[in-house]
Amino acid sequence: MERFGYTLSKPRVIDYDTNNKCIAEFIASHEPTFNLCIECGGCAATCTAGNFTSFSLREINILLKRGENNTPREKIRRCMMCGKCILVCPRGVNTRNVIVLAREAFLKFDGNERL
Amino acid sequence: MGNVVVIGAGVAGLEVAGQLALSGYKVTVAEKGDKIGGNLSNWHHLFPNRRNGDEVLNYLKKLVNKSDITILTGTEISNLSRKDGKIHLSFSKGDKLEADAVVIATGFDLFDSRQKEEYGYGLYDNVISSADLERMYKNGEVRMTNWKIPEKVGFIHCVGSRDEKIGNLYCSKLCCVTAVKQAIEICEKIKNVKAFCFYMDMRMSGAFYEELYREAQEKYGISFIRGKVSEISENIKGRLVVKAEDTLAGRPLKMELDMVVLMAGIEMSKSGEYLADNSSLRRGGNRFFLPVDNHFGNNVSNMKGVFYAGCCVAPMNITESISHARAAVNEVINYLRNLS
Repeated sequence: MERFGYTLSKPRVIDYDTNNKCIAEFIASHEPTFNLCIECGGCAATCTAGNFTSFSLREINILLKRGENNTPREKIRRCMMCGKCILVCPRGVNTRNVIVLAREAFLKFDGNERL
Repeated sequence: MGNVVVIGAGVAGLEVAGQLALSGYKVTVAEKGDKIGGNLSNWHHLFPNRRNGDEVLNYLKKLVNKSDITILTGTEISNLSRKDGKIHLSFSKGDKLEADAVVIATGFDLFDSRQKEEYGYGLYDNVISSADLERMYKNGEVRMTNWKIPEKVGFIHCVGSRDEKIGNLYCSKLCCVTAVKQAIEICEKIKNVKAFCFYMDMRMSGAFYEELYREAQEKYGISFIRGKVSEISENIKGRLVVKAEDTLAGRPLKMELDMVVLMAGIEMSKSGEYLADNSSLRRGGNRFFLPVDNHFGNNVSNMKGVFYAGCCVAPMNITESISHARAAVNEVINYLRNLS
């Protein structure tokens, strides 16, 4: 059979109804301030890891809440736990604990949070 | 009829006094400062139509220039109490006064930006507050401390508002539009200046605010960057370095600026706090006076015969302060009518 190299593009949409939000739910149940984030990016602005790698706690927060877990699963390891983000956050999110819980959740669900 | 004491001679207080006098009441205005006008007298131009603040001030001064109105400046009220249907007022200086009704119009204080240490107000040259810039506009010139004219100016929104770290959870509501107004004015005053607004959300909630925002973008080319500034520092060249995440680009951003303007939030005035706590007047979690009903008793306090007008209950613009003051007048008149 002749192959022309055509492939189907994966849709870029966030499939909100299908996506698995168990990581975000796990974090929020143990650290309710997680839900207070307004995506101002103060944490990411002050973040040392974020200045050298593509790590943004703001981005991770929103992706987890949408059930887009693949990027956070990889990036969450870049945090060095310095906690500067806690000092900046205007909403009083316990950002450090959010990271701890996210890591815990990824281990706990052990890949079952994947689509 | 009856005599009414108004506490505070800012926009709301003067409007209350003037309107009550028009209805035939005798009014005494107690003002802690040495002149009338309150915060309005520190403002050069007003949003959204950039009317000269003095125009409004002069209207109010004319309104209260009546024989039925006595204005006592340098008079701070320390305590209110109710006894035998009268309100008894104690002055900080020791004098006393008696009234049939009292309207509290103690207004607001601007947030002291030194509390946000990471922004360097009071530490770095050329980090100024919105009120400082307004003073410069009044004096006619915007200059850096070395007397040079700034070429690149940043406006930082939400300084002292929506910030759990300094204990102000609420939105001060007036600062977004003030930033837009001041950014436009700096573009008019300084040729080829570049202006930037760092915001978390643009809250253009009043009439003609959004239009002003559009004008800022379209006509003046002001840049709006969505990200909370985490810190400001001074570099070796003496320029200010601002750090934020450009949340819409998803990357950290830094920028050198000549001058940074902090959009200071609005807080319950210190004299209002003092008065409230001395007189058992209820306050909300935002520290402002708490009226008895959010919808139907927004001018009414928990002490019979004591009413509120203007920013002492929540951040308000001048239009709202005047409306709120007029509503307070209505409450006072109904209250006094039912007494007699």
